[in-house]
Amino acid sequence: MREDTAQEQGLDLEPPVRMEEEMEVMEERVVEIEHPLPCLSESDTQGIIKGRDLFGYVGIEAVLDQMRRKTMKAGFEFNIMVVGQSGLGKSTLVNTLFKSKVSRKSCTPNYEEKISKTVHLQSVSHIIEEKGVKMKLTVIDTPGFGDQINNENCWEPIVKYVNEQYEKYLKEELNVNRKRRIPDTRVHCCVYFLPATGHWLRPIDVEFMRRLGKIVSIVPVIAKADTLTLEERLEFKQRIRQDLQANGIRVYPQKEYDEDAEDRILNDKIRENIPFAVVGTDKEHQVNGNKVLGRKTKWGIIEVENVAHCEFALLRDLLIRSHLQDLKDVTHNIHYETYRVKRLNESNANGLALSPLTLENGTLEKSDAESHL
Amino acid sequence: NRNDKQYVGFATLPNQVHRKSVKKGFDFTLMVAGESGLGKSTLVNSLFLTDLYKDRKLLNAEERINQTVEITKHTVDIEEKGVKLKLTIVDTPGFGDAVNNNECWKPITDYIDQQFEQYFRDESGLNRKNILDNRVHCCLYFIPPFGHGLRPVDVEFMKALHEKVNIVPLISKADCLTPNEVKKLKDRVRDEIEHFGIKVYQFPECDSDEEEEFKQMDKELKECTPFAVIGSNTVVEARGQRVRGRLYPWGIVEVENQSHCDFVKLRNMLIRSHMHDLKDVTCDVHYENYRAHCIQEMTSKLAQDNRTDSPLPILPLPTPDVETERLIKMKDEEVQNNHH
Repeated sequence: MREDTAQEQGLDLEPPVRMEEEMEVMEERVVEIEHPLPCLSESDTQGIIKGRDLFGYVGIEAVLDQMRRKTMKAGFEFNIMVVGQSGLGKSTLVNTLFKSKVSRKSCTPNYEEKISKTVHLQSVSHIIEEKGVKMKLTVIDTPGFGDQINNENCWEPIVKYVNEQYEKYLKEELNVNRKRRIPDTRVHCCVYFLPATGHWLRPIDVEFMRRLGKIVSIVPVIAKADTLTLEERLEFKQRIRQDLQANGIRVYPQKEYDEDAEDRILNDKIRENIPFAVVGTDKEHQVNGNKVLGRKTKWGIIEVENVAHCEFALLRDLLIRSHLQDLKDVTHNIHYETYRVKRLNESNANGLALSPLTLENGTLEKSDAESHL
Repeated sequence: NRNDKQYVGFATLPNQVHRKSVKKGFDFTLMVAGESGLGKSTLVNSLFLTDLYKDRKLLNAEERINQTVEITKHTVDIEEKGVKLKLTIVDTPGFGDAVNNNECWKPITDYIDQQFEQYFRDESGLNRKNILDNRVHCCLYFIPPFGHGLRPVDVEFMKALHEKVNIVPLISKADCLTPNEVKKLKDRVRDEIEHFGIKVYQFPECDSDEEEEFKQMDKELKECTPFAVIGSNTVVEARGQRVRGRLYPWGIVEVENQSHCDFVKLRNMLIRSHMHDLKDVTCDVHYENYRAHCIQEMTSKLAQDNRTDSPLPILPLPTPDVETERLIKMKDEEVQNNHH
C-alpha cells in the first residue's frame, strides 16, 4: 500500500518568509537546489548523507534572515584609532570618512597647548545610523605622537592601550557570570598617517608599525597627498611597500589571513595599492554644477571623492563598505586570540592557573617569597 | 540627492556579515526523545526531507527486553541557495521502552552535559580556531496522543532536562485524534506543564516595530503549542497534487496541510524563524548556567587556596581524575606545612 518514495522534486513548499524589506545584496549567489540522484548515496559509518538526497525545499536560508535581524537589533560596534603627527589631518579624515563630526579637530592656535608633552589617548564615541543600521563608532585619537623632539618610546602608551582593551575583554570572558554581549572596546583598526615626504618610511614609522603590526590591524595612509604628483605618488608607495617588507611589517590585509582564493584575489588588489594616498576635507565646493567635497586652491579643486584625484574613496570602501566586518573578525579571531594565548601561558608560569604541572612553579615561588619576609 | 551625499556606506555591514556566514555555514543539533513508535524518525525525515533511517533495523520483541537507552547521532549536510547547514540529529532509542524506566533520562542528561563540558574545555583552551559545537540546541519531546495528558515519565523527563536544553513538546501521531480531542489534549498538556513547573522553550517576544503579519504569525504560533504533528515518509496523491501524506481508507492525511496538523508550524518555527534563537538561548542561558555551575564547583573544591580570587583563576584541568586531585591536595598540604 505504500507508494514509492520517489525522488520527487515537484514538491513546491512555501518560500521563506522575508521578515523585512530587501537590502541591496552585494552578490546574489544562486545555487541550484540539488537534484536527487536515482539512488540514495551510501551513508558512511557516521551516517553522513549528502544534501543531494533532498527533494523539495527546507528553507534553511531563513536562518540568515534571523541572524540579520538579531544583529541589526543589537547594532554594531567599531573602534578606529588614528595615529600620526599633529597636523596630518587625522581628525578631518575621520570626519570625512563618517560624514559627521566624530572626531574633535584640534584647532587651538596656542602653540603651547597644541603640542602636548606626552602621548595621551582620547576616545570619543558616537552612535550613527544609516538605513536602519546602528553603529557605535569610537574614534581613538593619539595627540602627541611623534611631536616631541625626542620621540623615543612614544608608541608605548598606544601599545599599552591596545593591550588594556584585550585584557578587559579577556577578564569579562573569564568571568563566572559573564555578559551576553561583551562590550567590545578593542581597537579594530589603526590608521597610521604617513607624511607625504615622497621619500621613504622614517625610523619612527618603522618602529611604530613594527610593534603595533603584531597586535592590531594597521592601515597606513599617505596623508595630505595633494603635494604629490601621480608619478611621485606611485614611486613613494612602491618604496613604502619595499620598506614594509624589508622590515617584516605586516599591515592589513595580511596575506596569511586570507581565508580562501576569493579573498586572496580581492585582497591582493588592495595590497598592490596600499598605502592609500588621501586628502580629507569637510568643505564643499561647486564643480560642474555639483556640490563636491574638496579643497579649493588657485590651481584647481581637489575633489576628495574623485578617484582620479586621490584615493580617499578607496580607503573608505576598504574600511567601511567592504572590510569593516573583516577588520573586526581579524581583531577577534587573530589578534585577540594571540593576546589570550600569551596571557594564559604567562599565568600558567606564574602558577595562577590550576594544573598539576605548574603547581611546582607556583609552590616554589610562594616559598621563595615567604622566605624573604 | 542629499541622501546620497550623506551615505557613508556602513549600511552594508549586515551584507558583509551575511557573506561571511554563507561562507562559513551553520550548524544545528536537534535531539528527539520519546518512546519507540511515536513517529520520531518519520518526523525528522519529513522536517528535513531526508531519509536518515533507511538502513535501520527494528529490533524484535525479544531483543528489546534488554535494550538500554542509547544515544545515536546522524549528521546531514544540507545546502540550499548557497547556505550550508550541518544538521545533527541526536536520537535516543530505548527511552521509556523498558519495563522499569527509572531514570531512563540519565544517559540523555549525561550526553547533554558531556557536550557542554567538551565545549567548556575547548573554549578555555589555547587553540580556539576550530571549536566544534556539539551542544544540543533543541529537544523535541514526543508525547503520545493516546493518553490523557502528561504521564509521570513525561513530567520527570522534562523536569530533568528543562534547565539543560530547549524543550519543545509535541503531540505525536496526531492523526488518531479529532480536532476536538486535539484541542482538549493541548489544553490539558499546557495546564499540566504549568502545574508541574516545567520550563519549556518560550518563543521570544515580538518587537513593537514588527510588521503586523509577523506579529500575527507569532501569536498563532504561541497559541498553538504544544504542536500536534504528523509525519510521513511517503508521497500520496491528494486533490490532484502529489504531497507528503498518509493514505487511509477513510481519507488522506496531508502532512503539510495546516488544517490537518501543526507540522508546518513546527517546521517554520524550528527552521525558518527560530533556529537562531534556539541556538542563542542554548549558548546564553543553558550553557552559561552549566559553565557557572562548573566553575563554582571547581573553585569550591580548592577553597583553601587563596589564589582563587585572582582574575584568571581557572583553566580546566585536563582530566579531573581522582589521582590528580589527590596529588593537588597533597602538594597543597605540603606547602602549608612548609610555612609553619
